[in-house]
Amino acid sequence: MGKKVTVLGEVRDGALRNVSFEGVAAARKIAEDGEVVAVLLGSSVKDLVQEMIVAGADRAVVVEDEKLAGYTSDGYAQAFLAVVEKETPDAIIVGHTALGKDLSPKIASKLNCGLVSDAVGVEVEGGNVVFTRPIYSGKAFEKKIVTDGVIFASIRPNNIPPLERDASRTGEVTEVSAEIKDLRTIVREVAKKATQGVDLSEAKVIVAGGRGVKSEDGFEPLQELADLLGGAVGASRGACDAEYCDYSLQIGQTGKVVTPDLYIACGISGAIQHLAGMSNSKVIVAINKDPEANIFKVADYGIVGDLFEVVPLLVEEFKSLLVEA
Amino acid sequence: MNIFVLLKRTFDTEEKITIAKGAINEEGAEFIINPYDEYAVEEAIQLRDNHGGEVTVVTVGNEEAEKQLRTALAMGADKAVLINTEDDLESGDQFTTAKILAQYLEDKEADIILAGNVAIDSGSGQVGPRVADLLDIPYVTTITKLEISGETVTVVRDVEGDSETIETKLPVLVTAQQGLNEPRYPSLPGIMKAKKKPLEELELDDLDLDEDEVEAKTKVVEIFLPQTKEAGRVLEGELDAQVKELVSLLHKEAKVI
Repeated sequence: MGKKVTVLGEVRDGALRNVSFEGVAAARKIAEDGEVVAVLLGSSVKDLVQEMIVAGADRAVVVEDEKLAGYTSDGYAQAFLAVVEKETPDAIIVGHTALGKDLSPKIASKLNCGLVSDAVGVEVEGGNVVFTRPIYSGKAFEKKIVTDGVIFASIRPNNIPPLERDASRTGEVTEVSAEIKDLRTIVREVAKKATQGVDLSEAKVIVAGGRGVKSEDGFEPLQELADLLGGAVGASRGACDAEYCDYSLQIGQTGKVVTPDLYIACGISGAIQHLAGMSNSKVIVAINKDPEANIFKVADYGIVGDLFEVVPLLVEEFKSLLVEA
Repeated sequence: MNIFVLLKRTFDTEEKITIAKGAINEEGAEFIINPYDEYAVEEAIQLRDNHGGEVTVVTVGNEEAEKQLRTALAMGADKAVLINTEDDLESGDQFTTAKILAQYLEDKEADIILAGNVAIDSGSGQVGPRVADLLDIPYVTTITKLEISGETVTVVRDVEGDSETIETKLPVLVTAQQGLNEPRYPSLPGIMKAKKKPLEELELDDLDLDEDEVEAKTKVVEIFLPQTKEAGRVLEGELDAQVKELVSLLHKEAKVI
């Protein structure tokens, strides 16, 4: 029997994040011949609804309220729970993003249900919805099912491919009103410091630097390469500890776990904790002066050399490739 | 100030993971305080030193976790509580742990509860917010700065690289992100003192909880290791030729550019 699955569309800077469309794809799989209902929360999000339907949702529910202009745990939980109460879904999918990580445990607690966090895959096997998720920061994986209550999962960005967009799709849009009140946390200020706007966890290309980058300025050629490829810059713990860059860039067991299409490791030796954070990337390139460096063991392609020579050459070469293309 | 820290014993980050009989092999592995919980312990100690009061570290686990609790006491925490579920529970999930912790904390009148934002083993990041919800107090996750003045709590929260300044009130639960502080190493006198500090051991019965009430709502059906990646090609020749070859390989063979 088909299931009704609600999926939260996450809006950032006025646009839907890709993980929302990946969530629709996951929801579609779980729903089988059931229904996928997109949920959008915010102060003005109605215009984005069609994108969720084009991505594969059957219809959409919107909660609009001035108090939802910025994220708060209380406000978003109240709005989302109002939708859940009305729709009584069999399953719920959200992105495992900063917002989803903060919101989903509260929703699960309120619904007194289980929650599978950080899923990278979903299959329906013998009537069970089985989620695959990394444990020990990707050193191992587990398959997990929900045994009681609503099937609830947060999905890691960049892992479940979105469905092909179908611009001819249409779907009903309904508004749900929710009483947003008694918010116990107030956002006073938001300081944007993410470089260039490409989010590390969603980036298709990551250029990461380690101790070999030697200084804050040493990240400049890496940034140039990342910008050229539409990617983001990351770092090893070594580079963060040495204060060459901010901890928000750290990739590894304590830090972000990333799975881009292309990971270029520059001057990173490849400690086991770092490998845990990036070794599931699709293609890994290692650039390091030390031919014995551990990073070469997980790299698809390696260049033994000084990153300060190699990276600028790479920039030039990619530039001419991109001009040709 | 009545300060509580939620702590988990985890594998050392240096450990390689192997599987034995369908489960993660713990044989001979080194265990540590979950690194994010270590930030929580450090912050709690600093709060106590600045505002007075007492720091209690709490864990749910088995008696092996005593070692990590002693480490937290050696860092400077005042009391430790081990909620030992070994005889009562075969398995649990984040719901289980949160329910137990909330039940313990319910009558403790905590001013602030600190935890790590995620455990590096199971990696779900659910327990902190779930506990806060069960206790009906606000929470802020992944914080990198914490200031308390009277009842007012100001935190800076890491949101995928952006930082949000958030204001809330005590009592509150916060989860620590890297960058919050630099956890201290236990000093030798600290280690000696820790041996005499109170470490209370409780079981579900002591918390008036039945096994049924904390039964997991999710179940692990399989654990497996990722496919080991074969080492790839280290390119050879002149550097600029290598770079040309690499770009061509990424474009034509790997097709990622």
